[in-house]
Amino acid sequence: MLFDRPRAVNVDLQTDATLQVDISDALSERDKVKFTVHTKSTLPNFKQNEFSVVRQHEEFIWLHDSFVENEEYAGYIIPPAPPRPDFDASREKLQKLGEGEGSMTKEEFTKMKQELEAEYLAIFKKTVAMHEVFLCRVAAHPVLRKDMNFHVFLEYNQDLSVRGKNKREKMEDFFKNVVKSADGVLVAGVKDVDDFFEHEKTFLLEYHNRVKDASSKSDRMIRSHKNAADDINRIASTLYTLGTQDSTDVCKFFLKVSELFEKTRKIEARVAADEDLKLADLLKYYLRESQAAKDLLYRRGRALVDYENANKALDKARAKNKDVLQAETSQQVCCQKFEKISESAKQELIDFKTRRVAAFRKNLVELAELELKHAKGNLQLLQSCVGVLKGDT
Amino acid sequence: MQLEEEVEDKFELNISITNPEKVGEFHYISPFSTTLPMFRSKTFTVRRRFSDFLGLYEKLSDKHTPNGYIVPPPPEKSIMGMTKVKVGKEDNSSAEFVERRRAALERYLQRVVFHPSLLQDPDVREFLERDDMPRAHNTQALSGAGFLKMINRATDSLSKMTIKMNESDVWFEEKLQEVEAEDQQLRKLHIMVDSLVGHRKELSVNTGGFAKSVAMLGSSEDNTALSRALSQLAEVEDKMEQLHQEQAASDSFCFAELLADYIRLLGSVRASFDQRMKTWQRWQDAQNMLQKKRETEAKLLWANKPDKLQQAKDDITEWEAKVTQYERDFDRVSATVRKEVLRFEKEKACDFKKQIIKYLESLLQSQQQLIKYWEAFLPEAKAIA
Repeated sequence: MLFDRPRAVNVDLQTDATLQVDISDALSERDKVKFTVHTKSTLPNFKQNEFSVVRQHEEFIWLHDSFVENEEYAGYIIPPAPPRPDFDASREKLQKLGEGEGSMTKEEFTKMKQELEAEYLAIFKKTVAMHEVFLCRVAAHPVLRKDMNFHVFLEYNQDLSVRGKNKREKMEDFFKNVVKSADGVLVAGVKDVDDFFEHEKTFLLEYHNRVKDASSKSDRMIRSHKNAADDINRIASTLYTLGTQDSTDVCKFFLKVSELFEKTRKIEARVAADEDLKLADLLKYYLRESQAAKDLLYRRGRALVDYENANKALDKARAKNKDVLQAETSQQVCCQKFEKISESAKQELIDFKTRRVAAFRKNLVELAELELKHAKGNLQLLQSCVGVLKGDT
Repeated sequence: MQLEEEVEDKFELNISITNPEKVGEFHYISPFSTTLPMFRSKTFTVRRRFSDFLGLYEKLSDKHTPNGYIVPPPPEKSIMGMTKVKVGKEDNSSAEFVERRRAALERYLQRVVFHPSLLQDPDVREFLERDDMPRAHNTQALSGAGFLKMINRATDSLSKMTIKMNESDVWFEEKLQEVEAEDQQLRKLHIMVDSLVGHRKELSVNTGGFAKSVAMLGSSEDNTALSRALSQLAEVEDKMEQLHQEQAASDSFCFAELLADYIRLLGSVRASFDQRMKTWQRWQDAQNMLQKKRETEAKLLWANKPDKLQQAKDDITEWEAKVTQYERDFDRVSATVRKEVLRFEKEKACDFKKQIIKYLESLLQSQQQLIKYWEAFLPEAKAIA
């Protein structure tokens, strides 16, 4: 299935000629999506200036996880992994439609089929956009863009043989997260000497929760909107049936109104879709990014605790005059690690804020412009229809 | 609601039903003004109970339906109405339900009054003028379920008869089929509009929830301009909540109620066709009886029983008269049904056009409001830095 390359939704891309990554094509097969990752680069480490490879979702996850597990990157906000492509709901609906084919008219069936296909396509476009945003964020990051795994991901034109995590590994992940969250509470409790980080911690905890709430509420609102648009669609069909029963004035009237509702509901559906893209997706993305920022703070907090423990151990060692050199080295390592993380973390968090403000601005402006465009379109349709209908009577 | 050509003398008769007050039971006040000479005064007000309206219908139906008239039916007693789909929380005392009933009774009375034949009925005059109405009993039959049962029984007997009736005028057969097809579509449409009302109400509630959530997000955002923009967005969504609520009310009162009225009215239309069938059947039965009496006479002549012969001849005369009478009745009722159906169709066309245009205008106003809100927000969004 070919499609037009979508604009990157959330991130201000720095058009950097040294490394440009995008998803130029995508194919949807039975239960997997194949993304064509296209790279343009002037960097010397690549064999060619322009090349493409095919990647699946698991390979994106592998790349993301490799960043998370890399100690060198502990001081950076790791770009959040794209969510798994989920066509289950859409597929289920298509199946139900097939089963119910006998119980509806040919027009109704064709109409519903078109709608479901449009829905499928919309989900498809979204998942492509989200995978693309992840890659662009990595490419835009001054350190991550140099990562070896990233280059392999972009260039190696064979299957990376990255299997999905098996059950045991998934269990390990689960426990890691449990430990981390328990740890997180511990670490968060330690008051930071640095005002900047103390403020960021408080801010991010609250912000993350509120974004989560806003994200779920926006989803609910948009779903209601879609439901209402679906109802108008059905009303249009029934009015059409009423209108075709005869050729009296009333029937002609019904046909005109049916036509109007057909058009307005298309606009309503577009409004819901645009709200989804500009608002819901924005909130979802910042939910994931704020989590990544929290993870960074956690890692720094961990490093701080380690540093403080190393200090205590050094004091003890000095007092006992035992293994002092070892303790000194350990303390040095912890100190360096902590300072390295703190330095880059500060910059990362400032960048995060800048990115966030820019993304919200872009999306809110576009949202308002689209809402206005659609409302004006709707208004015009209604005005002209009412004018015609009034003129007829 | 004004009828044009059919009415010989254009008259003025403005009826409206205002808010009910709870005095033991709900009383409705119907102030109206008129230029018709038959009424005692030009403007007057009376109070009526809901059961009085039902009582009026029963009286009118008893008198006029057998003659083929389409008597407008009143709204149901029950809350559920005809689709049996519960749309949100509704009970007898909810403001929405009260308003819906008031508007339905107003439309009911207006339809009765604009029917040229029904207006002449003394029961209608009494209803409009008399200060104190005796309580109407036996309105159980007109509760929601009862009314529907009555209509269903009528249509059942109707379907049984259509097989037997030798339709001389194909117009009636075609018309009835049209009515039945239309009834089916209107019921379908009503269910869908009810669904739309439900989803719009849901949308309103969810928009409100979202608005609050965005306000919270805005207050924790530490960039000042973005924080302000988010709180502005919350305000816009708050206004949208209100807008959706109003829209749902419009969907319900303008559109759904119109459909409900006409589903009930089509029931009355079918009842009038049913009545025509009954008069036909009575005529046929009389013809059969006449035939039997003639056979009896023939038998008596052959058997030579002169004493019983006179009785037989009397019987024949009696039934000949009845056959003539019942044929005339059938023709009269057929003509009435035909005239009534044409009048009904004209009224329906007028009604639908007027109401749906009104509904579309409400949608139009909604969009205009929407535009205002987003236009106010746009500069705020652009001001984010």
